[in-house]
Amino acid sequence: MQDHSTTFMPPDADLERIGRRGLIVGIAAAAVLVAGAFATGNQQQFFRSYLTAFTYVLAGGMGCLGFWLVHLLSRGQWGVMIRRILEAGAKTIPLLGILFIPVLFGLHSLYEWSHKDVVAADPILRHKAAYLNETGFLIRGLGYFVLLTGLAFVLTSLSRREDETGDPAVSHRMQAIAGPGLIAYFILLSLAAVDWMMSLTPHWFSTIYGFLYVISMGVTGLGFVILMARWLGPEGKKAVPFQDRHYHDYGKLLFATATIWAYFQASQLIIIWSGNLPEETPWYVTRLHTNWKWITIAVVVLNWALPFFLLLSRDRKRRVTRLAPIAALLMVAHWLDIHWLIAPAFSPSGITFHWLDFVAPVALGGIWFWYFTLQLRKRPVVPVHGPYLKEALEVSHAH
Amino acid sequence: MRTEKSPSGPWGVMASFDSPGQLLSAIARAKQAGYKDMEAYTPYPNEEVIEALGHHHSKVPLLTLVAALAGGCGGFALASWVSMQAYPMNIGGRPLMSWVAFIPVTFETTVLAAGLTAAIGMILLNGLPEPYHPVFNAPGFERASQDRFFLCIEATDPKFDSKEARSFLSTLHPIEVVDVAP
Repeated sequence: MQDHSTTFMPPDADLERIGRRGLIVGIAAAAVLVAGAFATGNQQQFFRSYLTAFTYVLAGGMGCLGFWLVHLLSRGQWGVMIRRILEAGAKTIPLLGILFIPVLFGLHSLYEWSHKDVVAADPILRHKAAYLNETGFLIRGLGYFVLLTGLAFVLTSLSRREDETGDPAVSHRMQAIAGPGLIAYFILLSLAAVDWMMSLTPHWFSTIYGFLYVISMGVTGLGFVILMARWLGPEGKKAVPFQDRHYHDYGKLLFATATIWAYFQASQLIIIWSGNLPEETPWYVTRLHTNWKWITIAVVVLNWALPFFLLLSRDRKRRVTRLAPIAALLMVAHWLDIHWLIAPAFSPSGITFHWLDFVAPVALGGIWFWYFTLQLRKRPVVPVHGPYLKEALEVSHAH
Repeated sequence: MRTEKSPSGPWGVMASFDSPGQLLSAIARAKQAGYKDMEAYTPYPNEEVIEALGHHHSKVPLLTLVAALAGGCGGFALASWVSMQAYPMNIGGRPLMSWVAFIPVTFETTVLAAGLTAAIGMILLNGLPEPYHPVFNAPGFERASQDRFFLCIEATDPKFDSKEARSFLSTLHPIEVVDVAP
């Protein structure tokens, strides 16, 4: 059934080359990270930097899984061309689970609620101890990764069967799983955001926080997908015949995702500001009334205001050479976003950046990227028997 | 205002096709033949036809952006003026200039101004309302909203000659070529 022109083999040698480069950079940075932690003797800083980097790099896997679920659920041609990038990203979740392990060793350095004496002296933490305790943290963390890995693997094996048989029933089955899968995805990652990030300031709470983190991962993940789509496309290795209209779709999606991030941020601020309750406002007092406010402004400008106006232009969304720099900008901006979510918990009086904060994401990102390329090399670069492939490949006549 | 070359002649000559592909190649051929004033009619919006006709750049997005910015600034200014000048009130000890509280108003006026401008601008820039248009005189034109694709070369074209246009359109394998009465 497959002739040579429709096999869409991945550019194996090139993927191996950039993957190896990622691995070398990642391992070198990891060595520097560990050496730096021992040399400075600052174990606390190591875990803080590591947690920020881990929650940031998680977007590579989770962002891809999220958009894959949305595409499976909504169907249509828009996601067909990037589906293999999304699948490869989703298959990295087990590795991300392994990268989570060091966080478990840093519980006492990171989380106030992990100290029994602090909890005993604090009635609010005593009240929350039923949820915020070390065993619960461990079991839930394991649960998030097991369930999301399971979801990704069920879908991946169905996707492989779709490639082999082209049976439309398999595609329908994937769609049927994607609906409940997407709900589970949001619930699990919302809880993960509560456990890993929100509980750094254990008195404070915000119900939209989990969504905010999931959307942030969506922007980072989609930015990465766009960079990969540029690399694989006609401007790069010419492995996938992307057209301007495809890039246009990803540009629009990036615009929408960045904007919904801003919408959630505004929602959280307006609600907490209006309520003006003593247990809710400290989070914003730290971020708006110390010199963190400059980082707050940078986060809003770089994650929303600037890309919003840049992405209004139709041409900038259609030409991937112009879209890719904006995608890269948003990826960096969301690293700052995650730093802004986490670091003020450790340094409420003012801005802090440690050099390990910059090394850790390179270490985790490099290793993750190598694993991602391994996954991408295993399958054809487009779903050869997936629905809507023919429509997606159709060349528009107008050019 | 349209100035017609021969006041007694037809408003244009129209060919009908079965598929958007045929229409697209007809547009390309007509352009090659040197025709400039032409318009296509399709049962559903087709981006490729729009691009082939060269109708790419519309003023609606720019108008919408200007209106959105004006609406946003206006809403924020209104909220600030009301809270600081017109009705200064102490609400829970908050400062009079409480910009956080003004975000919803700013957002709403931005969307309102942008939405209205996009809709009204689109209608006006399309030349609507237009109670009479000669194109509806073409026999069978009602199928432009069903299953036919039409290409009309208009009499305003400098190269227009109704006989020549008819014979040219006939070479494009249309279903039918008709004159459009003015």
